[in-house]
Amino acid sequence: MLLIHCPYCEKDLPETEFHGEGEAHIERPTNMADISDEAFEKFFFIRENQKGVLFERWRHLHGCGRFFNAVRHSVSDKFIKTYKARQEKPKLTKKEIDAVLPPAKSTPANEPIYADAVKGKK
Amino acid sequence: MSGSTPNTGANRIAGKGRLSPAKTVMFTFDGKSYNALEGDTLASALLANGIHLAGRSFKYHRPRGILAAGSEEPNALMDISRDSARRQPNIRATVQPVFDGMIAKSQNRYPSLSFDVGAINDGMGRFFSAGFYYKTFMWPQKAWDAVYEPFIRNAAGLGVSPDEADPDHYANQFAHCDVLIVGAGATGLQAALVAGKSGKSVIICDEQEEMGGALLSDATSKIDGKSAQEWADDAKAKLAEMKNVTILPRTTAFGYYNHNMVTLTELVTEHMANPDPDLPRERCWQVRAKKVVLATGAIERHIVFPDNDRPGIMMASAAQTYLNRYGVAVGSNVAIYTSSDSAYSVAFDLKRAGIEVPAIVDMRDTIDQALLDEAEELKIRVLKGFAVVGTKGRLRVTEIAVQPVNGENVETIAVDCLLMAGGWTPSVHLFSQSRGRVKFDEATGTFLPDIYTEECISVGSCNGTHDLSEAMLEASTAAKDAVGGKAPKAVKVVNGPRMSGFHIGSAKGAGPEDFTKAFIDYQNDVTAKDIRLAVREGFHSIEHVKRYTTTGMASDQGKMSNMHGLAIAAEALDKPIPEVGLTTFRSPFTPVTFGALVGHNKGELFDVTRKTPMHEWHVEQGADFEDVGNWKRAWYYPQAGEDMHAAVNRECKAIRDAAGIFDATTLGKIEVVGPDAVKFMNMMYTNPWDKLAVGRLRYGIMCREDGFIYDDGVVARLAEDRFHVTTTTGGAPRVLNMMEDYLQTEFPEWKVWLTSTSEQWAVIAVQGPKAREIVEPLLDGIDLDAMQHMSVQTGKICGVETRFMRMSFTGEYGFEINVPADYGRQVWEAIYERGKPMGMAPYGTEAMHVLRAEKGYIIVGQDTDGTVTPHDANVGWAIGKKKTDFVGIKGLQRPDLVAEDRRQLVGLKTMDPKIKLEEGAQVVDDPNHAVPIPMIGFVTSSYWSECLGHSIAMALIENGHNRMGETVHIPMPDEIIKAEICSPVFYDPEGGRTNG
Repeated sequence: MLLIHCPYCEKDLPETEFHGEGEAHIERPTNMADISDEAFEKFFFIRENQKGVLFERWRHLHGCGRFFNAVRHSVSDKFIKTYKARQEKPKLTKKEIDAVLPPAKSTPANEPIYADAVKGKK
Repeated sequence: MSGSTPNTGANRIAGKGRLSPAKTVMFTFDGKSYNALEGDTLASALLANGIHLAGRSFKYHRPRGILAAGSEEPNALMDISRDSARRQPNIRATVQPVFDGMIAKSQNRYPSLSFDVGAINDGMGRFFSAGFYYKTFMWPQKAWDAVYEPFIRNAAGLGVSPDEADPDHYANQFAHCDVLIVGAGATGLQAALVAGKSGKSVIICDEQEEMGGALLSDATSKIDGKSAQEWADDAKAKLAEMKNVTILPRTTAFGYYNHNMVTLTELVTEHMANPDPDLPRERCWQVRAKKVVLATGAIERHIVFPDNDRPGIMMASAAQTYLNRYGVAVGSNVAIYTSSDSAYSVAFDLKRAGIEVPAIVDMRDTIDQALLDEAEELKIRVLKGFAVVGTKGRLRVTEIAVQPVNGENVETIAVDCLLMAGGWTPSVHLFSQSRGRVKFDEATGTFLPDIYTEECISVGSCNGTHDLSEAMLEASTAAKDAVGGKAPKAVKVVNGPRMSGFHIGSAKGAGPEDFTKAFIDYQNDVTAKDIRLAVREGFHSIEHVKRYTTTGMASDQGKMSNMHGLAIAAEALDKPIPEVGLTTFRSPFTPVTFGALVGHNKGELFDVTRKTPMHEWHVEQGADFEDVGNWKRAWYYPQAGEDMHAAVNRECKAIRDAAGIFDATTLGKIEVVGPDAVKFMNMMYTNPWDKLAVGRLRYGIMCREDGFIYDDGVVARLAEDRFHVTTTTGGAPRVLNMMEDYLQTEFPEWKVWLTSTSEQWAVIAVQGPKAREIVEPLLDGIDLDAMQHMSVQTGKICGVETRFMRMSFTGEYGFEINVPADYGRQVWEAIYERGKPMGMAPYGTEAMHVLRAEKGYIIVGQDTDGTVTPHDANVGWAIGKKKTDFVGIKGLQRPDLVAEDRRQLVGLKTMDPKIKLEEGAQVVDDPNHAVPIPMIGFVTSSYWSECLGHSIAMALIENGHNRMGETVHIPMPDEIIKAEICSPVFYDPEGGRTNG
């Protein structure tokens, strides 16, 4: 269970108090009625959902009720930071990213060998 | 148990072990009574009574004995009960403390443990090889239901599930600490002593009844001048005095989750003869620790040689534990098969206790001279470079055959017990669960912790540090690092355990050329042959080999077998072990009961139940209830002799003819307040709100950005800057969430405040031609003459403050009366008392549904499904045509959403008015079309209308709005029903009754 820092309560609290609210920094166009279908598709449907560092929204639903943003690595599940809604997308330093990376695959344990097998065949 | 000391078993050695001979308990095993000492495990008590045969194996039904002395035990699984309702299968005898009156039964045998008909499988081993299920039960398809599945179901599974409800309760506990120490062996205790001294909060847990781990079985080591057992006792006494240290015995850390959360399961009463009924049976802990010290030790590996599974063949370390801790001799003539130095101290302890040790069979050629000298001194024969290549004895091993590893001559040795010592596997399970990465260490043949991802540290044997002196230093350092402070005093260890030497994979006699049964996984009956077969058949990933052969997939999760399986697979694949890789360790470390996981969340506490203030009145009137979200809603109020159909018909008639009273409290209510409230409403709802006058109501539609209906409800404007918004019963939380989302993240500068008022107001709907006559005398400060349809006034009813709304969800003249929740029942009863003599009836949600369907009013979630636009649902009029923005404005312009052939909500009238369609039934144009028949839509709502004398239905039909009067077909299993597309407004289309 994740421990999430609520930037409003300024406390690390258990995940059960929070609700994930999808990708962060997708701003609603101010001229919504006039945007193209393509722009709408990008705004409403297309999400990064990448493996790696994610900018995402959370709501402290069973707490202060505030929406806020977080930067989390989707593999290690570690947070780089959380910050209040409407704050600018933070620029991440290499040090910050390195600190949340999952361990490099230098050791084979838990890594199924079929990856090697497939590689070998090519 | 008074008088003379009862016999607790012929194999109990006087003066040995830690248990008091004065404290005895009685238990039964397979119907026969035995005595045990308090503190015995079931395994030690059985062994004391000379019983090795503990069960039958899963697949071959081979007789199996007790193999280990800890939680890794794969064989001795028992059915343990204290009464018929408190019975648990598959309990490891090695971890179950014996309590007075305990009933233990062996499993997986019929008719008895010593004679089991299932053992015929053993002779048919070649039919039960790896992948047996996949290969055997393939065809014919028809045989699956009739033959194969019943056979597999009958044969599969260990033990028999409990068949009565669990009468016990279980607890759940959250805890936070500075240091959590998992395992209370030498290193765990040492870490706890160091961390505890700092005053920081410490939790130490251990799966066993008594803390101390291997120290309790160690007769040789001297720690700080004390014997290992004395040192452990001292350490525990010191910890018990530290108020900042929580000591949890019988507590297994079974899961390691993100951000240093470790889950523990504490067996609170499983060792008690007469537990206090107020005590929970188990307690599940969720511990969030700043630092976790893993001191989980190591598990001894068995040796893979032919017929290595007879009762009486067990682990060397287990025999040492039974001797030194429980005072039990596992046999009287005990040979040892080893590849590790650790077996020697076992042999020496046994010999010194007067037990014959005919031979130590050591597969190694080079053995430490000190060990050989001591063996010679004790007159124990050591066979250097020898292997055990066979065993005999049906229900107990009687003889072993030994052969030089590089030679031919076979010698047989009579034994009643054979101990195996194949080296030690560090318990990296929790470390691995924490997503730490392990590295293969060639020198010791083990996977060791390498890269940490959580705030934890492994110390001692689980870190590959078997030297006790070094392990103690590791523990001290880890604890000091966690809590700060000075380096603690070094612990001085003399004569510590010798742990070097190991063997993994198949030993002599179990190689690729040998047609023998050499077991790797005892619980799932997987042999060395099975692994090789799987590899030959093309399974090259260890994860696939595992699943195909089921090695390591039993309830012991391969604690003893994984390394052997891996090594044999590696050998067959001709790859080094680290390239093959370990299978993934997952939670739980040992089986956890559902009770412990469920905790208090069962029965009435399973889920929240929401009841309205009038709930008890409905109960008193004999209402049947339906669940709507967490709410209990009165469904209908049957009178004597009425079924649901009759009750609903009567309720509907009463409303149309006189009046009805309905509990609408469950509707969601949100107060939208502030200078920008109207701007906000304009954004959230499709409707225009600027021109809604104070004191008027409007039906609002809320879409998502994609243009599909999200929720609906009637909105009252109470002041220029105040709206009383209602939502669907189930939609209230998500609507408020969506409103908050937009307000906080898109329009934070708008001055609007949102408050959930769902539970603040009780809502009483009074509907029907006599509604006015009924409520009028109860009102104060409300001018009914001035009240148009869809308007609101504030005033008093029965002397209680009210938001009094004239509106209708039935098509009749009526009101929805909001009063403070605490007065709900009082006002309800006052209205009903007046109305009853006038023919008023209470009505439930079913009659409400019928009446609204007669009027074509939609229910979001029933007539819409997340792909329906306001136009589709005939409420396109609710979209503000002049608005420049609202949530959904762009979505509604999308080509697909303005297309002609969309499914649109229409009414359906069956040709035979008596036939009621089924909700969800598919609608087609041509029922004679070749299958698959193109579907043009489906029925969303369908009821019998007593008032109209025919059935009514609503359906979403392609291009339905342009197909009025056309005939469609609804194919059902036994008939094809014809229906005509019509307007969904069946009753009073002009609205004269509502506006009345």
